[in-house]
Amino acid sequence: MSDTLVEYDDAVARYDTVFGIEVHVELGTRTKMFDAAEQGFGADPNTQVTPVSLGLPGALPAVNGTAVEYAIRIGLALNCSIAESCRFARKNYFYPDVPKNFQTSQYDEPIAHDGWVDVELEDGTVFRIEIERAHMEEDAGKNTHVGGATGRIHGALYSLVDYNRAGVPLVEIVTKPVAGAGARAPEVARAYVQTLRDMFRALGVSEARMERGNVRADVNVSLRPSSGSPLGTRTETKNVNSFRSVERAVRYEISRQAAVLDAGQAVVQETRHWHEDTGHTTSGRIKSDAEDYRYFPEPDLLPIVPDPAWVEQIRANLPELPAARRRRLQVEWGYADAEMRDVVNAGAVELIEATVAAGAGAAAARKWWMGELARTAKEQGVELEELPVTPRQIGALQRLVDEGRLTDKLARQVLEGVLAGEGDPEEVVVARGLEVVSDDGPLLAAIDDALAAQPDVVAKIRGGNLGPVGAIIGAVMKATRGQADAARVRELVLERVQS
Amino acid sequence: MSDLTRLSAADLAGALTSGEVSSVEATQAHLDRIAAVDGPVHAFLHVSSEEALATARAVDEARARREPLHPLAGVPIAVKDVVVTRGLPTTAGSRILEGWVPPYDATLVTKIKAAGLPILGKTNMDEFAMGSSTEHSGYGNTHNPWDLERIPGGSGGGSAAAVAAFEAPLAIGTDTGGSIRQPAAVTGTVGVKPTYGSVSRYGLIALASSLDQAGPVTRTVLDAALLHELIAGHDPHDSTSLTDPVGDYAAQARRGLAGDVKGMRVGVVKELSGEGYQPGVLARFEESLDLLREAGAEVVEVSCPHFEYALAAYYLILPAEASSNLAKFDGMRYGLRVEPDDGPVTAERVMAATRGQGFGDEVKRRIILGTYALSAGYYDAYYGSAQKVRTLIQRDFAAAFEKADVLVSPTAPTTAFKLGEKLDDPLAMYLNDVATIPVNLAGVPGMSVPSGLSDDGLPVGFQVIAPAREDARLYRVAGAVEALLEARWGGPILAQAPELEVRK
Repeated sequence: MSDTLVEYDDAVARYDTVFGIEVHVELGTRTKMFDAAEQGFGADPNTQVTPVSLGLPGALPAVNGTAVEYAIRIGLALNCSIAESCRFARKNYFYPDVPKNFQTSQYDEPIAHDGWVDVELEDGTVFRIEIERAHMEEDAGKNTHVGGATGRIHGALYSLVDYNRAGVPLVEIVTKPVAGAGARAPEVARAYVQTLRDMFRALGVSEARMERGNVRADVNVSLRPSSGSPLGTRTETKNVNSFRSVERAVRYEISRQAAVLDAGQAVVQETRHWHEDTGHTTSGRIKSDAEDYRYFPEPDLLPIVPDPAWVEQIRANLPELPAARRRRLQVEWGYADAEMRDVVNAGAVELIEATVAAGAGAAAARKWWMGELARTAKEQGVELEELPVTPRQIGALQRLVDEGRLTDKLARQVLEGVLAGEGDPEEVVVARGLEVVSDDGPLLAAIDDALAAQPDVVAKIRGGNLGPVGAIIGAVMKATRGQADAARVRELVLERVQS
Repeated sequence: MSDLTRLSAADLAGALTSGEVSSVEATQAHLDRIAAVDGPVHAFLHVSSEEALATARAVDEARARREPLHPLAGVPIAVKDVVVTRGLPTTAGSRILEGWVPPYDATLVTKIKAAGLPILGKTNMDEFAMGSSTEHSGYGNTHNPWDLERIPGGSGGGSAAAVAAFEAPLAIGTDTGGSIRQPAAVTGTVGVKPTYGSVSRYGLIALASSLDQAGPVTRTVLDAALLHELIAGHDPHDSTSLTDPVGDYAAQARRGLAGDVKGMRVGVVKELSGEGYQPGVLARFEESLDLLREAGAEVVEVSCPHFEYALAAYYLILPAEASSNLAKFDGMRYGLRVEPDDGPVTAERVMAATRGQGFGDEVKRRIILGTYALSAGYYDAYYGSAQKVRTLIQRDFAAAFEKADVLVSPTAPTTAFKLGEKLDDPLAMYLNDVATIPVNLAGVPGMSVPSGLSDDGLPVGFQVIAPAREDARLYRVAGAVEALLEARWGGPILAQAPELEVRK
């Protein structure tokens, strides 16, 4: 069964898109949200548990203060107001991965609310996203369905539950409805999630690794005839867990919903599943009033009342956020806007920063990473940071160039050796014998050989025609296998001929 | 020593300290008593003889080595089965937890073990502490030692009966709406519901989180004070536990026992008497008041007009919290697991079958009530309104404590009724707790101390209520009531109880 789709450009020409995103981020605290059990990726199943994470009878939660601090950091970075007092609530529903059969979350009293964040698109356009709220909650355990063909629950013989993840602290960030992005809505959605990911890392609150599920996004999309119309019925596509998928999921829902509306039907308010492989969403459960979580304030926990002085201290100690850092670095490096944008889009900011720290000039660092290395990465189909070369090595390579020990051409050969795993630039220079020949002795011998071989050229030069000098230089370079400094060779040739 | 089981915990502790008796002797004496009388009483669900004797031996050895010991070290204790005990079966009186052996100890159990009190076993109770007669236990009724045809109160009927039948000198109870105090009243024992947060709730199988509190069940006021001091104190595992230092309850009890209540203002709550209270209950209450007056206390009348809504508010808040607290019993991780008779074995259907078979009627009744009260569209009308009533009751208490240092009332409106008498009438059952429930709703401390026998020859309880964090006042006033009444009776009230038939 496949959905009828309207061609994207056609859909956005006739409908106005409104979207909203819920991002869950797992906090990188040592222990869980309400529990002394340690947390972290990759432990054996059900080894990071206590009576609290297993929901054993009699166990009680106690709030992790570090998680609260991280949540406040996130709230402040998103320009939110931090609640003077807020509470946890119980969200009641039966599911085996929720050990208490309720999730302890925040409901009507989030710790942070009413903020905004600016996201920058690849062409430099800045789009402001309004933040509704950021609240704390605990993660659920992880189900593994065994014996079915699809890995899904239907058709499985049995299911296993790993409670290591149960109780891991989460912050959920909810946007207000985002309107006005027009045809660029998918792009804005992607940039927003990417901006948050970078922010989580800068804040030191999470490793924010998408592939490990540290950051997960639910994407809400609705269409309406025009920007003045009331909001249309939305769908919520769950667990869209890569930047590219966020963009594709929004795009897909726009095309799908446009087709539904074109057919005169109503969009069904429902949860939809995202399929990475096909790039489609499919219908999940219908959301309706029947879904009643019976929220009530968690009686086992006291309200959280952050001391305003503490909040101000956290604000004062917030690390520099990615956008501000980019602005600062651009000034320091003297890059043009377009240059900086390319660097950001290529994910090269950290690499260039480290290369500069290793002694290279900013222009040279950019030239390496955005030139030779970008080409190599593209050829190999990998990210820049995945190349087997470090910013320290590029710094060392550029120093050799700056000292005149390598020409640009030689330096590229050295880099080739570094990428081939032959060692640091100095080692490659030695092993391949690539250093510039700076001793005039061998050069003069080569020049003399070249001049002797081309007497007609010598005559022309002596006659005042400097054009053919290049032919002599070429011969010398060939004889020295490119290790000569061409400028020095020219000087020496002229001296020799005119003396 | 003629009969070690007749000693108060304080006296037994004295005999242990002096070396007159060993903890092994004392513990064995109580185990023998359990073997002799617990058949018909059925106070215990599980007797942990080996563990208790091992603890007793360890204490005796430590004492022989002259190691510093807790004053109650070696004095045996019984623990209500709603309290989680590592290595000892813990069911909360429910079939849904049959066979579950917890891998951890409740904080109060950790304290008991650290102090070296041998744990005799786990006591019977209404399932998940829902009830006032222990008839809702999944494991049979407990019988009142004063009359085996009658209820021992509830939910902590097992702990009260064990202490009243001299099967244990001390017991732990829990009180959500009167489950320590009402059983104390109907068995002629002492029961204390401390200030909410005085004793850690970590490891108590939760009924209603905002109301539950563990406390002492004993035969004397001094024993209750000593046990309260042992189990109280801040616990980082319980966010609602108080950070206050533990009070000097025993000193206050001794002060009261010496008759020192002069100048204390004792407030009689107008709304907690009259209609619905047995004449004999009211007569004993008045007598105790007279004694306090004679001892120099000033008796005043106070009014708490919103108490009339307490029962209604309680039966919304409790089921609401309970419906959520009891959700975890689903057959997925521990305890009973029932697979449906036919059809697919899915998680949802196993949960339904397990809960359907594992829970008793009263538990199901309250889960349904609570689920309904929390439902979208009803929340404000039910749970929200009940919380407002709760605030009004707290204000009533605050106003009353402007006029009085402690408040007093009969603990329960009637003496112990016959087994089965109210089992099919939940509302009549709920009314047993009409005088004890406001205390839980406000989080203040309350205590029941024996005040004599009613016309039917059954015990009556006198309730003392203090402001939050002023638990010490309970011990002073109740100590005085106990001393003054025992002087009149010529001995403890339990001396008047009929001898139980002993199985040889």
